[in-house]
Amino acid sequence: MSIVSLENVGKAYGSQRVLDGINLVVPQGKCLALIGHNGAGKTTLLKLILGLIRPTTGRIEVLGADPAIADKAFRQKLGFLPENVAFHDQLTGGDTLAFYARLRGLETTCCPALLERVGLSSAATRRVRTYSKGMRQRLGLAQALLGTPKLLLLDEPTTGLDPVLRQEFFEIIRQLTAIGTTVVISSHILTELEARTNLVAILREGRLAAFGDLDTLRREAGLPLTVRARGDAKAIARHLNGAFTRTILSDERAIDIDCSLTQKMALLRALAGLGDICADLEIHPPSLDDLYLHYSGRSLSSIAEGGGRA
Amino acid sequence: MSPIVTFAAKEFRDGIRNKWIAGATVLLGGLAFALTFLGSAPTGLLDVKPLAVTVVSLSSLTIFLIPLIALLLGYDAIVGEAERGCLLLMLTYPVSRLEIIVGKFLGHATILAFAAIVGYGAAGAAAAWTGGGDAESWRAFAGLIVTTVLLGLAFLALAYLISVLVAERSTAAGIAVGVWLLFVIVYDLALMGALVASKGRIGADVFPSLLLLNPADVYRLFNLTAFENVRKLSGMAGLSASVQFSPAVLLAVLVTWAAVPLALAASVFARREV
Repeated sequence: MSIVSLENVGKAYGSQRVLDGINLVVPQGKCLALIGHNGAGKTTLLKLILGLIRPTTGRIEVLGADPAIADKAFRQKLGFLPENVAFHDQLTGGDTLAFYARLRGLETTCCPALLERVGLSSAATRRVRTYSKGMRQRLGLAQALLGTPKLLLLDEPTTGLDPVLRQEFFEIIRQLTAIGTTVVISSHILTELEARTNLVAILREGRLAAFGDLDTLRREAGLPLTVRARGDAKAIARHLNGAFTRTILSDERAIDIDCSLTQKMALLRALAGLGDICADLEIHPPSLDDLYLHYSGRSLSSIAEGGGRA
Repeated sequence: MSPIVTFAAKEFRDGIRNKWIAGATVLLGGLAFALTFLGSAPTGLLDVKPLAVTVVSLSSLTIFLIPLIALLLGYDAIVGEAERGCLLLMLTYPVSRLEIIVGKFLGHATILAFAAIVGYGAAGAAAAWTGGGDAESWRAFAGLIVTTVLLGLAFLALAYLISVLVAERSTAAGIAVGVWLLFVIVYDLALMGALVASKGRIGADVFPSLLLLNPADVYRLFNLTAFENVRKLSGMAGLSASVQFSPAVLLAVLVTWAAVPLALAASVFARREV
């Protein structure tokens, strides 16, 4: 069952087209990472899914309803963490969560457990004004988790979080998807953690540059991997006989060799056969940053031909 | 609990926390006390009850103060939330925009009503304790408190209308000050100017109706003309024969002045893009 489904969705503010021709489907219990530069249209897409704005063209279905005209029962099933979440500074963390729980029509008795879960129990009686960025973000996550939503939308949730907090954040998301919650995360960079998501959608200037799971995207992109060989760099270069793109490092103790996935074994065999000239090997598969740069930088016409859809 | 009650309760608690309620109550109460007890001194020999004097002087002061308090209280009700980013989150909750605006308005209205009733009421109670005032004066004083609250609601509703129309908090603040100047000072000056310039040709039939277009003037008309002993004092006794609006009509106009801008604000807010 698909929880979020967008069909040829576009949004324009006046003559400015923010989103154009977006098609994507997120099945239940999956986690979609929405990646793109600042201003690529990520937040607009989230607002469309939330029903805060209406699409100029196309059709959106979320949890089996049109979000722009959906009723309160629909909103009951949504959790949302906005980018740079803001709360009333004068309220304590506990009071803030209680306020949002009441707005959801929930008993405030669920709040302490939720604060515990995001690690804010000890700060519950402090005013939000005294909270750090990470604590605000955790409070934001707590309010998004109120009432166990079926669909959780997180706009740049890990910006400004330290690595430990990011780990915790993604651990909570992993637990949620395990019980069938569908999650959409937007981010401006694709990190190793975000790669744990099942699906990746890369937005570029309001268009979908790529959509699919990470392995598919890696394959489609066909990015070269890099092998760093240590030893007598010049001798290695001579033996390779110009077959690969090479860069000799400045100290001439190592050489970087680019090769496609299909040539990988051939290269490794060649290097292994060199004996003492090559002392050590490191293999670097294309990083997520490379992948992101590839998709977000490639020309739009090639997308139309290549069809970067899963 | 209904979202309306949740929003109203939150605004009221915010009012306690940020000292708005305490400040407004002490300000109104202090002025009322000062006018009640200072006002009774110079009128000892005249055939005027001290409490009626208080009603006249207090209503003149209220006209300046209450609109200002109401506008300051309400101008950032919506635009402030939008600018902070809280509004976006609230709208994803299972609450309607009407519930948000009505709930917040009720919360702010309660703050205003509390300040007016407790502030003026305390001064009234002190006057009663020292034995001033007859039944008619007390009715006038009660009328003063009720219309003060209504005047506050009218300007609160105008503040909400400003708040949903503009995109920035600072713009809303500027317009709020402009609205205050317009209704409290400029409007009356302009009317008088027109009256003088036309040498009274703006007839007696049009002029009183023009006063109804300003909630502050409606408030003034009610408090200076509705009760006989206040009329005598306020110099409106001669005018009373020509004033064609009964107190009930004036009250109804004040209520309309609160209801219409609020309804407009709600309908603008319903269409506002976030």
